[in-house]
Amino acid sequence: MGIRSKLSGNEAIAYAMKQINPDVMGAFPITPSTEIPQYFASYVANGEVDTEFVAVESEHSAMSTCLAAQAAGGRAITATSSAGMALMWEMLYVTSSARLPVTMALVNRALTGPININCDHSDSMGARDSGWIQIYSETNQEAYDNFIQAMPIGENKAVRLPVMVCQDGFITSHAVENMELLEDAAVKGFVGEYNPEHYLLKKENPLAVGPYDISNYYMEHKKQQAEAMKNAKAVILSVAKDFEALSGRSYGLFEAYEMEDAEVALVIIGSSAGTAKETVRLLRREGKKVGLIKVRVFRPFPMEELAEAMSRVKVVAVMDKAESFSACGGPLFAEVRSALYDLKDRPKAINYVYGLGGRDICVEDFAMIYEKLFEIARTGDQGEVYRHFGQRELGGEK
Amino acid sequence: MIKKASEINESTPWQEMTIGGEIYEGGTSALVNTGDWRTMIPVFHEEKCNHCMFCVPYCPDSSIPVKDGKRLDFDFMHCKGCGICVKVCPFKAITLEKEGA
Repeated sequence: MGIRSKLSGNEAIAYAMKQINPDVMGAFPITPSTEIPQYFASYVANGEVDTEFVAVESEHSAMSTCLAAQAAGGRAITATSSAGMALMWEMLYVTSSARLPVTMALVNRALTGPININCDHSDSMGARDSGWIQIYSETNQEAYDNFIQAMPIGENKAVRLPVMVCQDGFITSHAVENMELLEDAAVKGFVGEYNPEHYLLKKENPLAVGPYDISNYYMEHKKQQAEAMKNAKAVILSVAKDFEALSGRSYGLFEAYEMEDAEVALVIIGSSAGTAKETVRLLRREGKKVGLIKVRVFRPFPMEELAEAMSRVKVVAVMDKAESFSACGGPLFAEVRSALYDLKDRPKAINYVYGLGGRDICVEDFAMIYEKLFEIARTGDQGEVYRHFGQRELGGEK
Repeated sequence: MIKKASEINESTPWQEMTIGGEIYEGGTSALVNTGDWRTMIPVFHEEKCNHCMFCVPYCPDSSIPVKDGKRLDFDFMHCKGCGICVKVCPFKAITLEKEGA
């Protein structure tokens, strides 16, 4: 049975790590993820886990430690945010291309600058092409549940890819919520032992990891990586099914909220989905057919599934908590709009970049956005596609 | 399905290559002909050689084979013609010449 508790998102992740008892943690503190290695270090000091905690001198070394430990045959974890993950950049790619299923707890924070410690998704969105599986969490509960599902996904033989489990800095990482934890034995049973076929410490099996790859071989290895990411979709769903049997909590590639008969909808990632759902609930009470899609898995991107979920909608607003400076929309918008292209009768789509650097967004704000979507549905005039929400404008509201 | 490095070549499809380019055996660089990078070639004059073994550890490519305490002629599959052996030989038993001359 589940254990009722109340924890911050960081505590919840550290607790999941303790229950998993991995072999190695390589980590360097950075706000707002610092508490994760801090809590975990106390578990190590108290002898509650057998993990080798490597206190490194930088995040580049943290990821180097993790990928080396994983190549050696261990299970490695780390936690970071923002500029910390940016300093891991090279090693993110080395880890995924060497096909080492390291698990990272990413606490999303704006990637400087101007320097800012609050939440947006610019850190992980910047790493969307690094070959890591990306799973996003709305709540503390989801952060905990996603972290427990990460290893069975990444370590699956058809996948063998690193996984980052993302949650919103401060909003969930530091806010305490009621949640339900699993028993230690249930987590251990679910995550299981890490048994790679080849690893560096297997003495009867000489192994070289990450060798130089000349042009005549590189393309084939990248194709393998691309296929592994495609395989991950089915594995994520099957792990979610097993997790539901264990916990009673259901997960998919995304959550479709009130989408059955929705005329207008939002597509959103992370904690703001909770706020937007409250708006949906209130507008539904007024008889307005509004819906919401919360993307849980951004890598691999659930393209066909999302298109299907939006196929009966008239207008969609894609909410990006990250800029990509493409001058035509944020990263989530680019992919969602591309998904819509294959639909015969596709909805109109607009983009809102919002919430950068911790800028708040409220229930009334989402109501205003839904109102704009109804207006587009009514007039057929899409207006400006690439919009920003929540910034001060000369002359007031645009 | 997973092949040894020695079985992988430039016509191997991606499905049959090792995951992430992992190599499951040791010493695979010996299989690769890197001698064709050479523009200069060392020539071993055995009659002048005292088998002092000075050249052997200096060779950056381990291309001077030794058998029963005596050095043999160069391993030209891996020698890149850098000429370090020529410089260090105390007996002028190695000369550097133009490849293919």
